[in-house]
Order: sequence, then C-alpha cells, then structure tokens
Amino acid sequence: MGLLSDPVRRRALVRLVLRLNAPLCVLSYAAGIAWFLALAFPPLTQRTYMSENAMGSTMVEEQFAGGDRARAWARDFGAHRRKLGALPAAWLERTMRSVGLEVYTQSFSRKLPFPDETHERYMVSGTNVYGILRAPRAASTESLVLTVPCGPDSTNSQAVGLLLALAAHFRGQIYWAKDIIFLVTEHDLLGTEAWLEAYHDVNVTGMQSSPLQGRAGAIQAAVALELSSDVVTSLDVAVEGLNGQLPNLDLLNLFQTFCQKGGLLCTLQGKLQPQDWTSDGPLQGLQTLLLMVLQQASGRPHGPHGLFLRYRVEALTLRGINSFRQYKYDLVAVGKALEGMFRKLNHLLERLHQSFFFYLLPALSRFVSIGLYMPAAGFLLLVLGLKISSAPQSTCDQPPSGPSPLGLGQGWRTYDTRVRGDMQTHFFG
Amino acid sequence: MAATSYCSRAVAPLAGLLLLSFGSLATSQIEEQAEQFFRSGHTNNWAVLVCTSRFWFNYRHVANTLSVYRSVKRLGIPDSHIVLMLADDMACNPRNPKPATVFSHKNMELNVYGDDVEVDYRSYEVTVENFLRVLTGRIPPSTPRSKRLLSDDRSNILIYMTGHGGNGFLKFQDSEEITNIELADAFEQMWQKRRYNELLFIIDTCQGASMYERFYSPNIMALASSQVGEDSLSHQPDPAIGVHLMDRYTFYVLEFLEEINPASQTNMNDLFQVCPKSLCVSTPGHRTDLFQRDPKNVLITDFFGSVRKVEITTETISLQTDLGILESRDKEDWMDEELIEPLKYAEQLPVAQIIHQVCFQFILFKETSFLISEK
Repeated sequence: MGLLSDPVRRRALVRLVLRLNAPLCVLSYAAGIAWFLALAFPPLTQRTYMSENAMGSTMVEEQFAGGDRARAWARDFGAHRRKLGALPAAWLERTMRSVGLEVYTQSFSRKLPFPDETHERYMVSGTNVYGILRAPRAASTESLVLTVPCGPDSTNSQAVGLLLALAAHFRGQIYWAKDIIFLVTEHDLLGTEAWLEAYHDVNVTGMQSSPLQGRAGAIQAAVALELSSDVVTSLDVAVEGLNGQLPNLDLLNLFQTFCQKGGLLCTLQGKLQPQDWTSDGPLQGLQTLLLMVLQQASGRPHGPHGLFLRYRVEALTLRGINSFRQYKYDLVAVGKALEGMFRKLNHLLERLHQSFFFYLLPALSRFVSIGLYMPAAGFLLLVLGLKISSAPQSTCDQPPSGPSPLGLGQGWRTYDTRVRGDMQTHFFG
Repeated sequence: MAATSYCSRAVAPLAGLLLLSFGSLATSQIEEQAEQFFRSGHTNNWAVLVCTSRFWFNYRHVANTLSVYRSVKRLGIPDSHIVLMLADDMACNPRNPKPATVFSHKNMELNVYGDDVEVDYRSYEVTVENFLRVLTGRIPPSTPRSKRLLSDDRSNILIYMTGHGGNGFLKFQDSEEITNIELADAFEQMWQKRRYNELLFIIDTCQGASMYERFYSPNIMALASSQVGEDSLSHQPDPAIGVHLMDRYTFYVLEFLEEINPASQTNMNDLFQVCPKSLCVSTPGHRTDLFQRDPKNVLITDFFGSVRKVEITTETISLQTDLGILESRDKEDWMDEELIEPLKYAEQLPVAQIIHQVCFQFILFKETSFLISEK
C-alpha cells in the first residue's frame, strides 16, 4: 500500500510531522528564502531566447535618418507647450496631418479622489492626440502603438519629436501589414488610461472621455517612449505593470536584440548589464531581481505600458537617460532601434504567446521562469500548511463538529472512521 | 553469253556483299542512333511542384519552388504540363517590401516570380487531399485541365516538394501532414494505373530522406536534402527584405540547373554531387534501387526538361528483331498489355443495352402508330 493510504504508516507520518513541527517550519522558511536568493545565480537562470518563430533570426538594415527633423519638431513642440501651458493639440494635429497620418483627438476629464489644498476636489482634463498610419496593402485588422506620454511640463518633447520623425519615415514604407498608431497623451498615465478605455469600449476607472472617432484594429504590441534630452547615454527598459503584470518575454527579447545590434547601452532597473558572470555579476543580478520583485509588489504601473497590459497588449516603456558618460547616442540611434522593433513586430501573425508571461529578470539577457521561482513561494506556503496541521491539538478533547481541515490529531481518528463509513456506504450501498 | 551472265551473276553477289558490308556499317551507326532514340522510353514530361508552408517567414519555401519552376519551364516543359502548388502568396504579401517579386538571390539578383508564373493550386487549396488527388488522378470531373496531372505510361514526372518536415512526415499548411507511407502508396497507385514511366522525387525539408524510405514502386529515383536526424538549413537572409531567401540545397540545385540547356548531356550522377556537406551542412541523400536504368545514363533533361526526340536521318533504319533493344521493348509492351487487361474499368452503365431496348421500344411504337395512322 502507498504511504498515505496505509493507515498505520499514515499515523506514523502524522506523528512525525507533529513532533517536528517547529523545526520543519523553520527549515521550510529557510529553504524558501535560500531558494529565492539563489534565483539570481547561474543554475537557476537561463539565457533569454526568441521563442516566436515569426520574429526570427533575420535582421533588416534600418533606414531611419530623420534625426534633424526630430530635433526641429521637438523644439517646436517644446515652445508651443510652454506658450500654451498644456498639450498643443492643434499644432500636433497639423503636424501629424502634414506627415500623412489620419489624426483624431480625444478629450477626457477625471475628478481625482484626493482633494488638495486649494480645491475641494481636483478636476483634471486634457486632450489626447493620435494619428493612425494605415497599412497600405492589408486590411486594418491589427495595429501597433507607439505612445509618448506628456506630463505637466515639457520634459518629453524630444520623444514627441522622435515620434513625429518616425511617423514621417514609416509613412514612406510599403511593407506595413498592421496599422501603426502614434499616440501623444496628456497628463501621463491618466491620458493613456482614458485612451485605452475608449479604444476598448470599457469604463473601469470612471473616467469621462469622449468616444474615439478613429480606430485601427486589435492592438498587438505597444512601445512607450520617454526621452529627457536629445542625446542619451543609455536606454532603460521598464516591464512591470499594473498589479505586477508583465508583458510577454519575447518583447523584452526583441528589445535586447536591437540593443545588441545597435550597440546601445541598455539597462534594467537602472543597472548596467554584466558582460560576464564571474565578476560582481551575480550580486548585481540579485539586486536587479529584488528590485524587480519590489516594483512588482508595489502594484504601480511603472510607465504607460503598465496600463496596456490590462488589455493583454504586450507593452514596454523605454526611457532614455542622459548621464555623465562619455559615449552618447543621438536620436537616430534610438530611432533605428525603434524602427527595427516595429519591423519585427510587423512580421507577427498572432499575439505574442510563445514565451513566458511570468518571469523574473536578474539581467536583460537572463531570466527565471515561474516554474523555477514557484518552489520558493511553495516552501513559504508549506510553513502555513504545517502550522495549520498542528492547530487541532487544542480541540482534540471534544469531537469535532465537521471534518477538520487536515484532520490530524485526535479528530483524525473520527474523520478516519467517518470516511471509512462513507466509503463503505458508497461501495456497498 | 554464258560467261558474261556467269560474271554478272558472280558480280551481283559480290556487289551485294559489298553493299551489305557498307550497309551493315551504316546500319550499325543508325542502330546506335536508334538505340539512343529509344534510350529513355518516355515521350512527354510532367512536373508537380509543391510548396507546403505558408506565412511570411517561410518565404524561402516559395522561392525554392518557384526557382525549380523557372528551371523546368526554361528547359521546355510548358505550363500545361506543370502543376504548381504554392501554399501562400509571398509576392503580394503586405509585408513584402518589393511587391510582385520573389527573390532567390540576395541583393535582388534573380526574381523567380517573373511575368508568367501560372500557379495552379494556391493558398488554401494546397492540402494533402488535393495533392494526392492530383497524383492519383481521382479528381472531380469539374476540375479544370490546368489542375490535373494528365500523365500516361510514357510520361516522366518530376515531383518536387519543400516545406517543413520531420522523420516520416511533411507538414502541409501548419494544420496537417502527409506521411511517407501515404506518399509511397500514392506512387504505387500511380504505377498500377500506369500514370508514369519514370518518376524523379526531390524533397527539400528537414530529415527529407525519411520521405523516400518507404517507396516500393518501380522506376522511382529520389533525392533529399538531408538525412534522418539532420536539419536542412536556409541559405542567406536578405537585409532589405528581412527573411531567408532560399534553402541551401535548392539554391545549389538552382545554380546547377542554370547551366543546363535542353541539349546538354549531363546525367543524374552530377545531380547527386550537388551540394556536398561542406556547402549544405546537411548530407543530401538519394535512392536509386527502384530505378531500372543506371543513373549515369539518365540525362537531367529526361526529367527537368521536355526534350522532344527528333532525329533527322536520310538513311532507312530497319527495325528488325536483331535490334536487341527493340526486342526487349516489344516484350515489355506485351507484358504490359497482359497486365493492363485485368485493370480495365467495368462498365458502369450498360449504355449499349439501354439504347438497344429504347430503340426497340421506339421502333415498336413507331410501327404500331404507323399501323394506327394507316388505318
């Protein structure tokens, strides 16, 4: 007979567990913590690889060369924004139309739940402007989104300039099989949420927004861009979204391949990538991993991409950081990386689903899948299980009213006979 | 008088002997020519070219098939004798930066799509069922001629297949597979219905050699791009188009075929040498045990081209029984005829009887009416 079906052995096992309860709890807790810390180290980490066959191994030569136009538009945008004090929707509309996109605007407003000093309730209202580049030879069934969130000041104007330059470049190509939506939102995440809600025709946050006049099809992937200046020394990628949701790992793999191809310096959680694991790599990996866990635990969307994830749209946020480093990349390099990513995403036939949805990242090129980090959580939950198992000790004098959760201890025997009785009636009744 | 007649009688046989000797020399040359004339035994050529995979990233399979189509058409097989099955449209795919073209060499050197490509089975029509129906001829009567393989027992057929495959199967359209056993059975059906004289089967997939392992019908020669357990690799990506353009094996076969013209005497042994392991990374394989002729006597144009056998000669060829090859051919024909007999289709509808009955009734009716009218 098996270990758990043989009553004698079962009782022996139960007695062992009860006797060693405290040490087992401590051991299990320690094992969980140790396993979690070991996640950053080589045997438990794997190299990332592209799982989606459609975004395969071949690379295209990028043709983007609109750096000057991007800077000019960024300057214009910054100037208009400073003059207006809000998003210059009319200017954006005009410029997008001149580039050749179908432009629509959306106005939204939201009453913030927390009052501030001056007003009872604070009403936020704004406008989103988006332009749709229609696929020249395909039906508009799917789309990709490039979004630039604009906050209360004009810090993201370089990103707007790059977005317009990319739109102008993309408009001249004939190989798009999906529509591309170029979205500029006001008030950062509020605008993005308003747009997404209107696009998917839902209302989860109680935002009042005007309905969208133009639509493009199911969104397959989205990239959000935040650039602080027109030269960047590194590109930081953020993946954690609302409630700790993560995009498909293939999107990150895609970004990482273009980082490597373009020789860009890419960081995760603001940390540089270790080129080899022999130096202080492992400890840095552990730090990155813990930062990612903390960010996921906070539940905040760390960028507009976090809001896209709720609608099962894979999204990333790229932040260009300008620090005191010698080698700087200009807008053309960032534009080429984005062009490459969009061309590869263009090859997709289905939503990204081949790679992992739950993972932890000790580095950009290393990941830990859920199958490997679940045991750590399992060990921690085992502590609870062990504690529950020792609970009925106190009630072992009275017969239990119903079957106790695990039925160990004195109540176990009555459960045992009751079960046997039930089984008898079942089998012979 | 008697002496001259005697002389003339003596001269005549001498002259006859001389003539005979000359004639025999001449006839041996003619015999050689005649032997060459009947060497292969086929009178027409067909080609069935199948690309089984769809999606943009399988561009190279369509390019493979189109490059073989191009070679076969260039060497003389007309569109009416080619059944081209392409599972997806790469030339007009929205992702193609060069629409209406399918390139086989990078830097867009060679456009295999061209101006006069005639695709017979396109897109979702390329299924295992349609492929087997084409091969065996069990096609609904409404099928147009361009979609039929109207081969006979003197046809040499080239069958080229490419796509994704595995050990013993070839994947069609991401949803179904054809196994090597089904293929072998289809070829046996073709043999029994006398739908081919000789068959050349080329397959360019991963583990392609497994597809010809199960053949058991005579007169089949098979080539594959890789052995069981090996993957066939793609050749070169194009940085402007963004996909791999060709598979290695077919790329080198295409280069080999570009040097063939309808008059060339290159034989099959040269085709076996195409793409050694150093170029192809996989090991191409071939199978000739079911084939009756020696591969070195088989011309490339026997299968890839449609070379009409026309020999112009001013001498007379005596097709007598001492020409060994003709004798054996006769024997074969006789044996074939004997075999063909039991394969005759049964009369589904005894038309003759029905006509006879109807006519008889009609005649009776006519007679009675005549009689009636007369009265």
